[in-house]
Amino acid sequence: MNTLPQQLANGLLLGSMYGLIAIGYTMVYGIVQLINFAHGEIFMTGAFGALTVYFYILPDGTSMALAVPLMLLGGAIVAILIAVGAERFAYRPLRGAPRLAPLITAIGLSLALQEVVRNFYPGADRARAFPGLDATHDIGSVTIKDADIFLIVAAILCMAALAIFVRRSRTGRAMQATAQDPDTAQLMGIDTNRIIVIAFAIGGFFAAVAAVAYGLKYGNVDYRMGFLMGLKAFTAAVLGGIGNIYGAMLGGIVLGIAETLASAYIDEIPGMQQLGGQSWANVWAFCLLILVLLFRPQGLLGERVADRA
Amino acid sequence: MVILTSVLTTGALTLTACGSRDDSGDKGGDGGSDTTFTIGVDAPLSGENSTTGLGIQYGAQIAVDDANKNNWVPGVKFKLKALDDKAQPATGQSNATALTGDKTVVGAVGPLNSGVAQTMQQVFASANMAQISPANTAPELTQGKNWQTDKKRPFKTYFRTATTDELQGSFAAGYAYNGLKKKKAFVVDDKQTYGAGLAKIFNEQYKKLGGKVVGTDHVNTGDKDFGSLVTKIKNSGADLLYYGGQYDESALITKQLKDAGVKIPLFGGDGMFASTYIEAAGKSSEGDLATAIGVPADTLPAAKTFIQTYKDKGYKGDYGAYGAYAYDATTAIIKAVKAAADANGGKVPTDINDLRSKVVDGVQKSDFEGLTGKISFDQYGDTTNKQLTVYQVEKGAWKDVETGTADLK
Repeated sequence: MNTLPQQLANGLLLGSMYGLIAIGYTMVYGIVQLINFAHGEIFMTGAFGALTVYFYILPDGTSMALAVPLMLLGGAIVAILIAVGAERFAYRPLRGAPRLAPLITAIGLSLALQEVVRNFYPGADRARAFPGLDATHDIGSVTIKDADIFLIVAAILCMAALAIFVRRSRTGRAMQATAQDPDTAQLMGIDTNRIIVIAFAIGGFFAAVAAVAYGLKYGNVDYRMGFLMGLKAFTAAVLGGIGNIYGAMLGGIVLGIAETLASAYIDEIPGMQQLGGQSWANVWAFCLLILVLLFRPQGLLGERVADRA
Repeated sequence: MVILTSVLTTGALTLTACGSRDDSGDKGGDGGSDTTFTIGVDAPLSGENSTTGLGIQYGAQIAVDDANKNNWVPGVKFKLKALDDKAQPATGQSNATALTGDKTVVGAVGPLNSGVAQTMQQVFASANMAQISPANTAPELTQGKNWQTDKKRPFKTYFRTATTDELQGSFAAGYAYNGLKKKKAFVVDDKQTYGAGLAKIFNEQYKKLGGKVVGTDHVNTGDKDFGSLVTKIKNSGADLLYYGGQYDESALITKQLKDAGVKIPLFGGDGMFASTYIEAAGKSSEGDLATAIGVPADTLPAAKTFIQTYKDKGYKGDYGAYGAYAYDATTAIIKAVKAAADANGGKVPTDINDLRSKVVDGVQKSDFEGLTGKISFDQYGDTTNKQLTVYQVEKGAWKDVETGTADLK
């Protein structure tokens, strides 16, 4: 059996999830030059928001066709509220402070969110079951689940909507202007505070979509799920060129595929048996990042920004 | 108002009195007033592996309650001090230091993870304090680094009521090959002391029996996406997946494996034997197997009361894997304190260091019927009870399918 198509599909799916989370890092960085390290935890709270809708609000036996959109809504509300709240209470008071201050706040916030969920969400100190979409389809030699289809469709729709929003809408153009130069944008009458809040909200929404896809795909969620996914998504954002929303998606997909292929095939190369397999996937992912940064420090789709360096 | 005041005063006085006894811990035996000794517990009480970790804490708690209620050691009350190691070696080591530094602690029960035990052994040995793990299974903890060729006990203060992975891995290999008639296995581990050791022994023994290992791989603890691994397993034609590690990852692996249409059972060790595994993996866990040390707790007549108490108290966590072993480990320490008192004319030795070393000797000489069978230790500190059981998930619960002892090839 030729496993390459299946492995590419595995990588593409994992990468789409990284990409959706990476948007949140990239938009916030693009506008306020802040790396919101709590973004992985915003993703995690989105998953718990969706879980709450399914287990505590919807009646038993609700069909998944109805449940998934409502879970998406619940997850999005929670993630957006937390993202916007974080901006308002954790980052805005520190705007203008040295860069290190908000970074430390972000790390503190990420730990705080983990602990709040672990201590106060029923049963969240260990993995909690999440409803799955487990029906499978065979397309040639590739097997994919309904959850995978949900993920890929959601990722395409989200990206398309974001592209149209940023290019065509007034707010989107205001966003581009703020990203280019916040001070001048403000002088031109753009309410930059509002733009920043919108960037956080969109990031939170995308993270919630990724979180629901994650729950449906893996069947359980826990309070630590945001850490590694957040780190990978941040890597994807840097890989694609931080600040560039298309770069975030591309970076996510490149990272997902690279990781999957590395863990699938590197140990088949003679002499490389010790350096392959699942447990080396992260190592190769970060090697790729280092290589890209060495030869293209601005990332795959990033632009050289001399005045900001 | 007067009543309230007097109640408060009495309460405060009682508390102060208790406090002062706790601090010194050496006023034992003086006519009626009880001495309080502490038994330390170290296990993961939050996060990863906490289901089984809490089972250890509460198993020990019930033993302490029983000892106090039945006045096992006249004039002595015991209490528990449970510390959370979060399944991390460094935390375990600092917990061990905290326990040895507390001058009321006479012995310790724990930890759960073999990797954590490695960092704790030296600390307890330096303080000459007995440590009994109800759960560690890595052979080198009792038999030294070169246990396969030259057995040598590294620390005389370390004991365990669990049997070793050498026996557990072999037992699993035997059951996979002869019982399940599976001839092609894929072996995966999580690179931790426990998981990697178990997988290695399974791999060796399975091949010796005539089975074929069609592939091996390793995962990181904390990984969530095993898509690439699952595709590899699917392509290898394996009819069994053996996993050395804990339930956190194996529950995800089995789910992703079955979602990808690979309907082969996942077989693991006692690190997977928890209700959380089934909760997390859902229907995908049906038919999966795990070995666990000892015989099923609920088939032991002596453990019936224990299980009832555990349920009545509404304790969280899982007594299934190690609760009864933690009970027996705690009892061994309490009995050693009693032996020290008996040898001293009915009085507990007043010097804590003297008492601790006498407890070590007492534990070594343990010989009593515990909940899990006869409790005694061999010259390495290993339990002499070598029984193991294979469990299988059936209709959403672990059912025991075969109990026996490992047959080393």
